[in-house]
Amino acid sequence: MAEFLQLVFSGLTVGAVYALVALGFTLIYNASDVINFAQGDFVMIGGMGTVFLAAAGIALPLAALMAIVAAVIVGLLLHRLAIEPARGASPVALIMITIGASIFIKGVAQLVFDKQFHSLPAFSGDAPIALGGATLLPQSLWVMGVALALFVALYLFLEKTLLGKALRATAANRLAARLVGVNVTIILALAFGVSAAIGAIAGVVVTPITLTRYDVGTLFALKGFAAAMVGGMGHPLGAVVGGLLIGLLEAFGAGYISSTYKDAVAFVVILLVLFFLPRGLFGGRTVERV
Amino acid sequence: MLGRLLRARYATLFLLAAIMIAVPYLAPSAFYLRVAAVVWVFALAALGLTILMGYAGQVSLGHAGFLGLGGYAVAIGPARFGLDPVLCLFLGAALAGALAFLVGRPILRLKGYYLAIATLGFGVILALVFHSESDWTGGPDGMAVARVTVFGTRLAGAATWYWVTAGALLIGAFLALNIEASPTGRALKALHDSEVAAAGAGIDVGRKKLAAFVIGAIYAAFAGGLLAAMNGLITPDAASFMHSIELVAMVIIGGLGSVLGAVVGAAFLVVLPQALTVLQEYEQAVLGLLIMVFMIFLPAGIVPTLRKWLLERLS
Repeated sequence: MAEFLQLVFSGLTVGAVYALVALGFTLIYNASDVINFAQGDFVMIGGMGTVFLAAAGIALPLAALMAIVAAVIVGLLLHRLAIEPARGASPVALIMITIGASIFIKGVAQLVFDKQFHSLPAFSGDAPIALGGATLLPQSLWVMGVALALFVALYLFLEKTLLGKALRATAANRLAARLVGVNVTIILALAFGVSAAIGAIAGVVVTPITLTRYDVGTLFALKGFAAAMVGGMGHPLGAVVGGLLIGLLEAFGAGYISSTYKDAVAFVVILLVLFFLPRGLFGGRTVERV
Repeated sequence: MLGRLLRARYATLFLLAAIMIAVPYLAPSAFYLRVAAVVWVFALAALGLTILMGYAGQVSLGHAGFLGLGGYAVAIGPARFGLDPVLCLFLGAALAGALAFLVGRPILRLKGYYLAIATLGFGVILALVFHSESDWTGGPDGMAVARVTVFGTRLAGAATWYWVTAGALLIGAFLALNIEASPTGRALKALHDSEVAAAGAGIDVGRKKLAAFVIGAIYAAFAGGLLAAMNGLITPDAASFMHSIELVAMVIIGGLGSVLGAVVGAAFLVVLPQALTVLQEYEQAVLGLLIMVFMIFLPAGIVPTLRKWLLERLS
């Protein structure tokens, strides 16, 4: 039982991060129909940026804030310089553009930062909390708490604010949104900016647990993508559930089956979901029009 | 004259053969021949993707998995079972084809992003298997590949491998051009434009897509086997996600659906890192930037754009 609980804790911790990455995917996908493979690199920028700014003598909270702002700027540039000029391109072309962007960001990160693994001190100490025979790191609580706060904030933003409603309107029908006076270009930039911020925040809180390096973005992107797909592409709640599910399955797979194939779990799940449940857990049926 | 040549079916083949003969005269050092041989091998793998992506319009972001499979077949067969390496080259291709046949049917039902991510997941799982089953594959460090002997002659040296790979590419290009002009090729192009219309015209869409996937896998496995035998080494890196992306980038940069484009794209992405060795730390940034710039500003790719320009100038 204690082992089970331990696996649940670690699963929920990484799952919360996958959920945040998936949420970023969902936001951009809804607004612009683009699957942004550079989403994981925002996580890296958040983590690495904070590490290097903190090493330069800036206080941790301020360093984190600056790293998040840097990620937002990268997100806005990505939209302005790479996605906007290619509007109307095929899905495959758009995928390749964001993969190119992801490789580019990693390449630049190698130059700006370095190729080593880095960590951050845990926010509130390393003393584990005993709970039901298992232990929980205080940093795990930070990860889950921040993720929860972001989910709620994003929900309120999308449901209650005018800007959030404009974003949802753009997602539903770009032309109709433009007709009722929504500035679609600004909304799309907003989606990229908010996505980048979510990714970077996830990167800051998870770095004390998982470490960070210039290339950690790829796995975060792939697993976040799996999470978004499990939940049903384009459903924010689905992204959250999918993320937690992938995190839990990964922890159980590593704990009970084999830790060698831990990284394969997400992909096996993707394949199974695509074969048997192509619209995801929360996706509705779609009808193809000819 | 030039216009007719540009439209002729086998013109590509003659141009390719001419280049292959010219390269040893223009660049007669072992280093250049080695680089050229690597270009031919990757062009062969990219050709398979050209059939899948260019003709049939189906993307695969896990194609390096098949490349790795071909490579490991040539490594494992002789080392663990005492089989002949040349036989293993064909066994690897057959294995890749069979695997593609098995996973292809459910995967190819998917479209667009879903297809991209399913093939990606498949490729990553294959790479993980090569990485983890170290009793068979030697783990992350990979394994050595025994020297290949054909009819009592050991294949060694840059020049020998240059001609072996060039020959393989010529055969591959010849087959790809014939597939393009065959009923299957026309069916693939039809379902590329509209699956519904193609099905309406009596094309078994699922079967034709599967055929393209299997052919693409066989091309990649052959290329992987040749690459492993030539290098005398195979590592899980051959099957990595990055490699899959590079293969797709070759096809797209060279020109989607063009046989010559696959060769040009492969040459571009193989030669470029060699040229950039002075600026090695910039390699990844430059590669990413190139993929983005090409996708945004030259989505048709180098060869089709050039060809269109030439044809317009002539008429």
